Amino acid sequence: MHKLKGTLITTMTWVLVLLFFFPIAWMVFTSFKTEGAAASIPPTIFTALSFDQYGLVFDRGMGTYLINSLTASISSTLIVLLLAIPAAYGLSIRPIKRVQDVLFFFISTRFLPAAASILPVFFILKSLGMLDNITAIGVLYASMNLPIAVWMMRSFFNEVPREIVEAAQIDGANLRTELIRVVLPILLPGIAAVALICFIFAWNEYFLATLLTTSIARTTPPFLASFVDGRGQFLAVLSAASTIAVLPVVIAGWVAQKQLVRGLAMGAVK
Amino acid sequence: MTTLKTAPSPAPEPPSVKRLHPAALTLRKKARQSRALVLPALFFSILVTQIPFLVTIYFSFLNWNQLRPTEIAFAGFENYAVVFTGPDFLPSLWATVVITGSSVVLSLIFGLFFAVLLDRKFMGQGLARTLMITPFLVMPAAAALIWKWSMLDVNVGMVNVGLNFIGLPSVAWNTDFPALTIIMMLTWQYTPFMMLILLAGLQSQSREVLEAASVDGAGPLRTFQWMTLPHLRQYIEIATLLGSIMLLQAFDPIAIMTKGTGGTKTLSYLLYERAFIGLDVGQAAAFGVVTVIVTIAVATLALRTLFKVFMNGSER
Repeated sequence: MHKLKGTLITTMTWVLVLLFFFPIAWMVFTSFKTEGAAASIPPTIFTALSFDQYGLVFDRGMGTYLINSLTASISSTLIVLLLAIPAAYGLSIRPIKRVQDVLFFFISTRFLPAAASILPVFFILKSLGMLDNITAIGVLYASMNLPIAVWMMRSFFNEVPREIVEAAQIDGANLRTELIRVVLPILLPGIAAVALICFIFAWNEYFLATLLTTSIARTTPPFLASFVDGRGQFLAVLSAASTIAVLPVVIAGWVAQKQLVRGLAMGAVK
Repeated sequence: MTTLKTAPSPAPEPPSVKRLHPAALTLRKKARQSRALVLPALFFSILVTQIPFLVTIYFSFLNWNQLRPTEIAFAGFENYAVVFTGPDFLPSLWATVVITGSSVVLSLIFGLFFAVLLDRKFMGQGLARTLMITPFLVMPAAAALIWKWSMLDVNVGMVNVGLNFIGLPSVAWNTDFPALTIIMMLTWQYTPFMMLILLAGLQSQSREVLEAASVDGAGPLRTFQWMTLPHLRQYIEIATLLGSIMLLQAFDPIAIMTKGTGGTKTLSYLLYERAFIGLDVGQAAAFGVVTVIVTIAVATLALRTLFKVFMNGSER
C-alpha cells in the first residue's frame, strides 16, 4: 500500500515535469519537421525529420547575430569579472567602512529598471554615433550584471577560510599576490558560476538590444522575431532558430546546475 | 566592520595617525587598499546607471517631442501632471500590479509544489530536476515566440490541440485573454526559479527533526504545516522579493506576445511606447521616473528583508 502510494506520486511528478518541459521538447521536435508537417492539425508525430530548417536559418544570416550575441556576452562578462573580483574582495576580506552602504548601492542599481536610464543612454549613444554598436551593448550589459556579480562574489569570498589569507599575509605576500596566488584558485568554481550567470543574462537580454541596435550590432533575441512571417508558415524555421538560440545557455546551465542554484540565491541559500 | 571598531582602544580615535596603535595603522592601510579595490566598480556603476537616471529626471521636466526637435523648452511639472491625470497611468499601474502580483503568487505556489515533489527520492530525480530548471534558462524572447505561435495559437497551438482532445473548444489566448497569456508565460518561466530556492530550503531542513516528528505520530501534512513551512519562511521571502523585482521589469513577453493590448500595458511597456513610438521624450521620462519610484517602493521592502537575511552570520 505504501509502495503503491510512492509509485503514484512518482508517476504524477513525472507527468507534471514532462508537461512543464513540453514546450521546449516540442520546439526541438518541430525544428526537424517540414513547414507543412509543423502546421498540420492534428499534429504529426511520425513524419520525415531533417536538418533542412537549420540550413535555412543560417541562410537568413543568423550566424552574424549569434556572433554579435557572443561578442556582447563574453566582453560584458569579462568587464564584470575584472571589476567585480577586486570589488568583492575589498568588500569581504579586507576591512572597509560602510560595507553595507556600498553593497546596498550596488544591488539597488540592479533593481533600477532599465526604464530609468534608457532615454539618456539612447540620446548619448546617438550623439556619439554609437547606436547599433556592439561595444556599447557590451558595456551596458556589464553595468546590468555588475551588481549581481559583486554580491555573489562577495558571498563566495566570505567562505574562504580566514586562516589561509592570514597565513599568506604573514608570509609577507602583498595585496596582489595575496589575491592572485592564494584566494583566486580557491574561488575558481565560484568565479565560474558568476561568469555563467552574467553570460546567461547578457545572452538572453532583449529590451536594450531591441532599442539600441538595428542591423550591424543586432543580437539574437530581437532577430528571432523576424522569423514570424505573416504570409506563410514559419513554425518549423522559427523553432529551429529558437533551438539554436537557447542551446548554448541551456547546456551550460545543465552542466553547472549546482553552482547556478547557489549563484541565483546570491549565496544566501547554502 | 569599521577600522575604529577593530582598533584596540574603545574610545573614539582622534583623526591623527600618530597616536594610533600599530595594529590600527595597518588596518588603516588595509582600508585604503580596500577602497582602491572597490572604487573602479563603484565608479563604473555610477557612470553607467546613476548619471543617466539623473538625466532622465532632467528630461522629465522638458517639453520635448522628437517630431519637433527644435522646440525643446522647460515644462515644469507639466509632464507629471499629464502622467497622473492622463487616462493611461492608472490602468498601466493596475496592469503592472495584476501581472506582477499574479505571476509571483502563481510561480511561488507551483514552485513550492514542484520543490516538495522533487525533494523526494525517486527514479530519475536528477533528470527531472534538470528538465524543470530549463524554462528559466531559455531565452525569454524565444520562449515568448514559441508560446505565442506554437503553443497558444488558435489554429495550430498545442494547448488548443490539448483542449480539443478533452472536448473543449479552442481559445484565442493572445487576443481574447492577453493578460492571462502573459501571466501564464511568466509563471512558466519563473516557477523553476522559485522552485530552486525553495528546494534549497527544503534540503537545509534537519532530517532528524522531521524523523522525530514522524516518530511522535505527526502525519506528513501536519509536519509540513507546522515544521516545514515555518522553516521555509525565509526562503519564501527571498524568492518572493527577488521574483517580484525581476517580474516588475518584464518586457519581452509583452512586446512579443500582446504589444500592450488588453490590460497588458505595464509601466515599462508604456514608457517604451511613449518614447519610441510616440516620440514624446519629456512624457516618457516622467513615466520612467514614476516607474522607478514604484520599483523603489517594492525594492526597499525587498532589500530590507534581504539584508536581514544576508547579514546574519555573513558579517566578518
